[in-house]
Amino acid sequence: MVLFRKNLVSRFFSLIPLLILFFLAFSETDFNFEKLSFLSFNLIYIVIFYWVLKNPDILGYGFIFLAGIVNDVIIGLPIGVSSTTYLVLAGFAAYTRYLTVEPSLIYDWIVFVPSIAVTNSVYFYILRIFFDIDVNYIALTLNSGVTILLYPFVGILFSFLSKLIIVQKNV
Amino acid sequence: MVTSRDDFSIAIRSAFLKKGIKQKFSLLALIIASIILLSLETVNSKSLNFVRSAIKDAVYRISFVASIPVDSITSAFTNIQNYFEVYEQYEIVKSKLQQLENQQNQNNYLKMENDKLKKIIDNSDIYNYESVTTKVLVDKKSPFLKSVILNKGFDSGLKRGMPVLDGPYFVGRITEVNYLSSRALLINDLNSKIPVLIEPMGYQAIMSGAGDKPALLEFLPKNHQLEVGSVVYTSGTGGIFFPGIPIGRVESIEKKFHIKFFSDLSQLYLVNVITSKPIGSEQ
Repeated sequence: MVLFRKNLVSRFFSLIPLLILFFLAFSETDFNFEKLSFLSFNLIYIVIFYWVLKNPDILGYGFIFLAGIVNDVIIGLPIGVSSTTYLVLAGFAAYTRYLTVEPSLIYDWIVFVPSIAVTNSVYFYILRIFFDIDVNYIALTLNSGVTILLYPFVGILFSFLSKLIIVQKNV
Repeated sequence: MVTSRDDFSIAIRSAFLKKGIKQKFSLLALIIASIILLSLETVNSKSLNFVRSAIKDAVYRISFVASIPVDSITSAFTNIQNYFEVYEQYEIVKSKLQQLENQQNQNNYLKMENDKLKKIIDNSDIYNYESVTTKVLVDKKSPFLKSVILNKGFDSGLKRGMPVLDGPYFVGRITEVNYLSSRALLINDLNSKIPVLIEPMGYQAIMSGAGDKPALLEFLPKNHQLEVGSVVYTSGTGGIFFPGIPIGRVESIEKKFHIKFFSDLSQLYLVNVITSKPIGSEQ
């Protein structure tokens, strides 16, 4: 019984990143503030990059793909745009994971900068060139900047969660 | 050098082709699947549209349910704020009511006079139209794209291109219709271009959405003498929308003319979709 309960708690903690990802994709809750548009950021990018980098088994690529489709439907973009950009970002994170010998938050943060730049460029070019949809690139650049600045803070929070998952597994 | 190139290619291969312990798909396979989905978006077939419509309906409903907790917290905060402002608002409303009563008397007289004149020009039903009232299901407040999802689709008679009104004010048009839901592109979206009429000068122009900023006026006549405070209406050019639906007021920002909308596009809740065609557009 105790073992079962511990297993359940461990499972629950492991599910939190996935729940956050789908909650952000499904719900209206986002971090694009109407009156403080310069403060808007993309939490989904941080969630994907952090968890693919740290523990890819927690956030499966299939779920990232699905979250992208949901996000496209909700925002009203052509289906597949967000999936492609999320998976490109996941690719960066996975590549970094295979190359990193000694992981650190600062190193991850530095790699996050070109990853976001390339990911948002992919997003911008797909919408602009293939679908002829206007995108406010200044707002997109600001959004990328704030997302990059917030990465270490959210990363620290996620590292607590990551430790909790490991502790619960080892109990 | 050779070793570092090997490391690079091994890392790329591992990242894109290798599946994790619990992973069912490789990253490359899913990226290819995404690209296939993207290319399918350009294909317009009946069966594909049906699948798209079903997926969108399902996602919108789930999204509506998923947003309930956050919406309730937000509305609770708004309610508390409103309680603190009740007396202040009561005083404002009281004085406004007085003004409105005076205006209504004037309006009644003008309406009577207007009806008489309309009868004379035999065009009395120009503003009579059928509409469907719908609720805003999801309003994703993105800084890039301005659109709302409505809770009625083609089962209620909605079609692409139909104008959307917030009270008497024009706020957008239907751009996507599913069986039970539809999407309205708002007039402040960067992709929104609406033919408008500016009164009392009678200038025709194109109103172009500018996101969070006031909308722009394009293609104004040369040597125009636009005045701040002029009212902007839909012009009905091309028979797309009814003419004369009020949109906003002209204002000047940094020596450029913009439109301040009458309706607060971030607060849409119940909107009317005009389902009948404007007079003269039927072929």
